[in-house]
Amino acid sequence: MNRQVQFEINKTNLETEGRQSRPSVVARNKQNLLARRTFFGVTLLPMILIGVVMIILIVRSWPILIAYSPRDLFLGSTWRPDSGLFGFWPYIMGTFWVTLVGVLLAVPPCLLTALYLSEYSHAFTRSIAKPILDLLAAIPPVVYGVWGLLAVVPFVEGVLAPASKRWLNSIPIFAVNQPTGFSILAGGIVLAVMIAPLIISVVYEILRTVPEDLRHASLAVGATQWQTIRQVVIPRVIPGMVAAIVLAASRALGETMAVLMVVGNVAQVPKSIFDAGYPLPALIANNYGDMMSIPLYDAALLCAALILLIVILVFNILSTLVLQRVLGKNWA
Amino acid sequence: MKKRWQRRHILEAFVKGLMVISFLVVAGGLGAILWTILANGFPALTWEMVSQVPQGGFYLGKGGGVLNAILGSLYLAGGGTLLALIFSLPIALYLETYLGDSDWGQYVRLSLDVLWGIPTIVYGVFGFTLMLAIGMRASLLAGIIVLSLVELPIMVRAMDEVIRRMPGDLEQAAFALGSTKLEVAIRVVVRQMLPGIITAILLAFGRGIGDAASVLFTAGYTDRLPTSLMQPTASLPLAVFFQLGTPYPVVQQRGYASALILTIIVLIISIGSRLISARLNKYTVK
Amino acid sequence: MNTRKPGNKSNSPARKPGNSGPGNMDVHIRVHDLNAFYGKVQALKNINIEIPKRQVTVIMGPSGCGKSTLLKSLNRFLELTDDTRISGQVLVDEQDIYERDVDVTEVRKRVGLLAQRPSPLPMSIYENVAYGMHIHQMRKDRADYKKAVRHYLEIAGLWDEVGDRLHDPATSLSIGQQQRLCLARGLAVEPEIILGDEPTSALDPISALNVEKRLLDLKQQYTIVIVTHTLRQAKRLADYVIYMYLGEVVEAGPAHEVFTNPQHQRTRAYLEGQF
Repeated sequence: MNRQVQFEINKTNLETEGRQSRPSVVARNKQNLLARRTFFGVTLLPMILIGVVMIILIVRSWPILIAYSPRDLFLGSTWRPDSGLFGFWPYIMGTFWVTLVGVLLAVPPCLLTALYLSEYSHAFTRSIAKPILDLLAAIPPVVYGVWGLLAVVPFVEGVLAPASKRWLNSIPIFAVNQPTGFSILAGGIVLAVMIAPLIISVVYEILRTVPEDLRHASLAVGATQWQTIRQVVIPRVIPGMVAAIVLAASRALGETMAVLMVVGNVAQVPKSIFDAGYPLPALIANNYGDMMSIPLYDAALLCAALILLIVILVFNILSTLVLQRVLGKNWA
Repeated sequence: MKKRWQRRHILEAFVKGLMVISFLVVAGGLGAILWTILANGFPALTWEMVSQVPQGGFYLGKGGGVLNAILGSLYLAGGGTLLALIFSLPIALYLETYLGDSDWGQYVRLSLDVLWGIPTIVYGVFGFTLMLAIGMRASLLAGIIVLSLVELPIMVRAMDEVIRRMPGDLEQAAFALGSTKLEVAIRVVVRQMLPGIITAILLAFGRGIGDAASVLFTAGYTDRLPTSLMQPTASLPLAVFFQLGTPYPVVQQRGYASALILTIIVLIISIGSRLISARLNKYTVK
Repeated sequence: MNTRKPGNKSNSPARKPGNSGPGNMDVHIRVHDLNAFYGKVQALKNINIEIPKRQVTVIMGPSGCGKSTLLKSLNRFLELTDDTRISGQVLVDEQDIYERDVDVTEVRKRVGLLAQRPSPLPMSIYENVAYGMHIHQMRKDRADYKKAVRHYLEIAGLWDEVGDRLHDPATSLSIGQQQRLCLARGLAVEPEIILGDEPTSALDPISALNVEKRLLDLKQQYTIVIVTHTLRQAKRLADYVIYMYLGEVVEAGPAHEVFTNPQHQRTRAYLEGQF
């Protein structure tokens, strides 16, 4: 026993003193350890941040969550804060509709574009596509909103709505019930363009994970490129594609500014894509200023933020997990 | 062996046509957006707009400019980017040098992706709530802090992406020479990653300067130039928003011009970062 | 993706530098003045060769000499790489496969390719073999397909091993079995010619010999062209030999002639150096 202890003491001495002839190593190692501890602490930051945001939102929206039943809150249709009525349903529906339209409009062309870039195009086309997509992604939301105001709303009002009135009027979803172009559709179009770069680049990366050998194997027996894509490439990437779409939807859900400017901001449950709507982010943005005057108003708005956050987090985490697995090191 | 008019060939030609159209629509979309902003904003883009602050009655159509917003945005985004950088660089370096592909590293990356997905309005609300709690008023500083939160995940991910692509041999070579992990991190990794790091910074800056929802409640708004950290400050996105919200066409025109200014700034940053990274990439190992 | 210049439609018989004439060789593929470029780099220089029917032709040569490039030009796989340029003619039964309105998928049906690394499609064993047949709608009904799949698996020497688990994923096979599966898959579209790009180099020696045996059996019905970097394999398999060096064909001829009495200095050097 004694001898073992002796041995260990000796060992320690050797480690700290044996190298004293080269003090720089010891100092550098200490420096390393200190840095390592500091750095480690810093990497905890992201997780802490998520937790703090969630907690604060929950805490601050607590008053309204206990004051009303979930049914009244989430399914209620009346929003009159000064009378104490907080029904989120129109806003939830507004969010849902505008996001759905945005995703539906964006997905087909973006998938096709990603397929084109990955399977058919020359390197040259890809090299101009990348800057274009980067620029589209860099344009600030408020600029998209201005474009929406100047180009999309008039287009909906002047072209799409009359056309729909003429051809599709019998279908409720396409009914034109209001004179202006400030609508779910306008919001959806703007959202679609905003999430397009994301969908395209992620789906492109996913397609690139399919080994060339597989494509060659199919082409070698005389399949056309499209047959190869349809039967060999796409089946392999379906989970990733779905995840990409879900991720894009989570982005669309949270987009505030651009949608705010074109969607009409009328608190109603939309019955047609040509109706105006009022998504949750717009609700928060528009009313945050005067919320302090009315009791429970602030809790209500924070509750709206909480709902938004939870849905987005769920979408985001699920899709990110899938994409991390699919793309591995290439997760961009 | 001739003739390609089998059904599957026709189908392929059709699908390929759809694909090309989709691509052109997307590419054309960028052109359309830029053109709309340019065409509508340019007429009202005067020297006055970029050199003056709003004078009395600016929102009713009288004189002035949006210099307050231009400078405000630059300060906000600049400060936010700087603050984010202070935390991003260590996180990114640590991720690569120590964590690599470990489980813990994956958790951190997942957290960052989640943070990136949180809408900016939530960050704005969060920031505002904190501000109320500690008694802070809407100010440049508050805006900077919230923007740094918004920019942090973007910056770290962009850096991480760049750092992960680093050739492993470079690190190995440095280790072989007897460096500690810290030394490798600083001397070798940072230098190799410099163009990527700069690109990440510029990318985050570009996002920060364009965001309205986060600064809406936290930075406030004012017609004056930003002179103090503790005072509210204007920002370009909000300037656009407010000008467009008035019923006066003259003011709305100026709103378009402000949007154009913002777009130009963002374009400069985007194109600039491309050029910088191309130039600096001369020295990096592929 | 790549540009084509009209080839030199001369009717002169293919040159086989330094060798005896074709004699009674039945020519399946004739290559005329073939040049191929990867970007600015010229990979194939003025190739003029003939490939005999129903024999095993081996293309051999040192690394980088253009063997794979030549092979891939025979089934128009070269153009799958970005920035390639090809000029000249490749005549299969006197029809140029590079002519303007040729259906490239038909070409690839007639000229099959067995790649170096087995690449089973992400489907079951059965579906792998049936894949090509479905693409070209070659069979009438399910019963027909099932018979055909069995037939080709037998030819590839796989039936005994996988007959009872046809619906298992193809990836569950060993690498040697996968390569034979790829062979069955390629045969199922009834090609006339089978190309092999170092088809055994990724396999263990036993599987390799197995695949070689299959190929030798197949030459009774198919024309086989193989690229190999092993001289020993070349000697085991070849009826006809093409020796390449730096993008050019140095010598070509019947195997026993080239191996025992090479006409060219370079060929001799290669043959001797391998020992």
